[in-house]
Amino acid sequence: MEKILKRGAEAVLILAEWSRALYSGVKKQVVLKERVPKRYRLPAIDEQLRRSRTLLEAKLLLDAKRAGVPTPLVFEIDKESARLVLEYVRGPQLKHVLKKAKGSMVRKLGRKIGQLVARLHRTGIVHGDLTTSNIILRKDGEICFVDFGLGEYDKSVEARAVDLHLFRRAVQSVHFEIFDQLYSAFLEGYREEFGAEADQIIKRADEIQKRGRYVKREERTWH
Amino acid sequence: MLCLGIEGTAHTLGIGIIDSSGKILANVMRAYTPARGGIHPREAARHHVKVAGETLHQALQSAGITPEEIDLVAFSQGPGLGPVLRTAATMARALSVWLNVPIVGVNHCIAHIEIGRLVTRARDPVTLYVSGGNTQVIAFDAGRYRVFGETLDIPIGNCLDVFAREAGLAHPGGPRIEKLAKKGKRYVPLPYVVKGMDLSFSGLLTEAVRMLRQGVNLADLAFSLQETAFAALVEVTERALAHTEKREVMLTGGVAANSRLRQMLKSMAREHHAKFVVPPRELCGDNGAMIAWTGLLMYKSGHRQKLQATQVLQRWRTDEVDVKWRKS
Repeated sequence: MEKILKRGAEAVLILAEWSRALYSGVKKQVVLKERVPKRYRLPAIDEQLRRSRTLLEAKLLLDAKRAGVPTPLVFEIDKESARLVLEYVRGPQLKHVLKKAKGSMVRKLGRKIGQLVARLHRTGIVHGDLTTSNIILRKDGEICFVDFGLGEYDKSVEARAVDLHLFRRAVQSVHFEIFDQLYSAFLEGYREEFGAEADQIIKRADEIQKRGRYVKREERTWH
Repeated sequence: MLCLGIEGTAHTLGIGIIDSSGKILANVMRAYTPARGGIHPREAARHHVKVAGETLHQALQSAGITPEEIDLVAFSQGPGLGPVLRTAATMARALSVWLNVPIVGVNHCIAHIEIGRLVTRARDPVTLYVSGGNTQVIAFDAGRYRVFGETLDIPIGNCLDVFAREAGLAHPGGPRIEKLAKKGKRYVPLPYVVKGMDLSFSGLLTEAVRMLRQGVNLADLAFSLQETAFAALVEVTERALAHTEKREVMLTGGVAANSRLRQMLKSMAREHHAKFVVPPRELCGDNGAMIAWTGLLMYKSGHRQKLQATQVLQRWRTDEVDVKWRKS
């Protein structure tokens, strides 16, 4: 029994029963993340890209977890076919939670998410796609970050600020009525965990918002 | 209503004349070719000044009109090479004053998209605009042409040209590399750089040149360079397409002439059930008709510009323009 959870530009997420479960005889629901071959590019390039990105994503997931940021467990890395077997994280996506949440709940969530994103950044990781669909509220109350497909190891102010900007935009566009509360709590949590350096990143995120683009204008060449 | 458009941002001085229905009455181009090396801004501007008169004459002649019949003058206000932009702007101002008609400054990148939409009948495409001066993935959203991805360093056309020059190939480099690439058989791994939605080609160029000097077969290198760079371009376009959920992909700019790039984009578009379009060659490269058409669209949507506000904008970004002539 397999079900497609998501079909992105790069990968397909399939909810499946994993026959090679941890204990024999026990079937486990897992998520298969498969990077699909692209026919438009040379097979040599295609394979190399899919493999290296699969490895990178697995590494990001593990490093994030080590830093104390909940992420899905990686059960298996299949380099040859560019496939990850991941834990199926049960629970509602943040976007669904926010529809019903209000007041103190919103602030608590915002603050906690801010702390976790700061922890991710301190480890040297940027998520690259911080939307309210990629944050899941697990049954045990933990906040779990999924889909590190656009993630990177990057310690620059700019990359970190892009993460904040993406989160802000994701919340603002869909959950505008609680945006102020959520985002200010998010920044509060981010500052708490990150320390004084956070201000510089938050400031840059504001600049990015004004630019409407992610890359510093002076760094660009037109010619 | 007749609009005369002057394009002058880089190699090409182009003059186009178009009417309100989108009929191109004239589209004349004169290109500056450096004796050796890359484009020198001052020399390019000098070339344009020299041929300006006869190009204008030729455009009017081929349209079969007298100067007095022109109702509007448009020019490429940016982005581009300063001296070249100023040459085109000076020409446009002179014409506007002499004929006593309004003047409109047009964004060069947006003009590429608008002429493409006109002639391919694409309604709302994700556009990959690739040339010697620009590399951008653009789509319309909320009143502006948003840049979804672009090069962080050199444009793809520049990457190909410089490589060709290093390999001792004559100008123009792009077509020669394409020809050579068809003979290449072995893929030589080269750096593939996509950062989020953005691209980078400078590392790729450096590595390709380094291998060339080490004696790696030129045809193989040309092949590998194209395959690597184009795969990155198509990937970013694909991401923009998936993100915006649009149904059309347009390829334009000078590098749109490359058949391998066309083939790859077409294949990607097909997988996403999107329509793939490329304007005819003379409207892909820099031309005056695209400036004339976009100027006309702007004017008709209420845009008015004083002569004092026509100073050139070398770094004018695609996403800085309020696109009043489009609703969606």
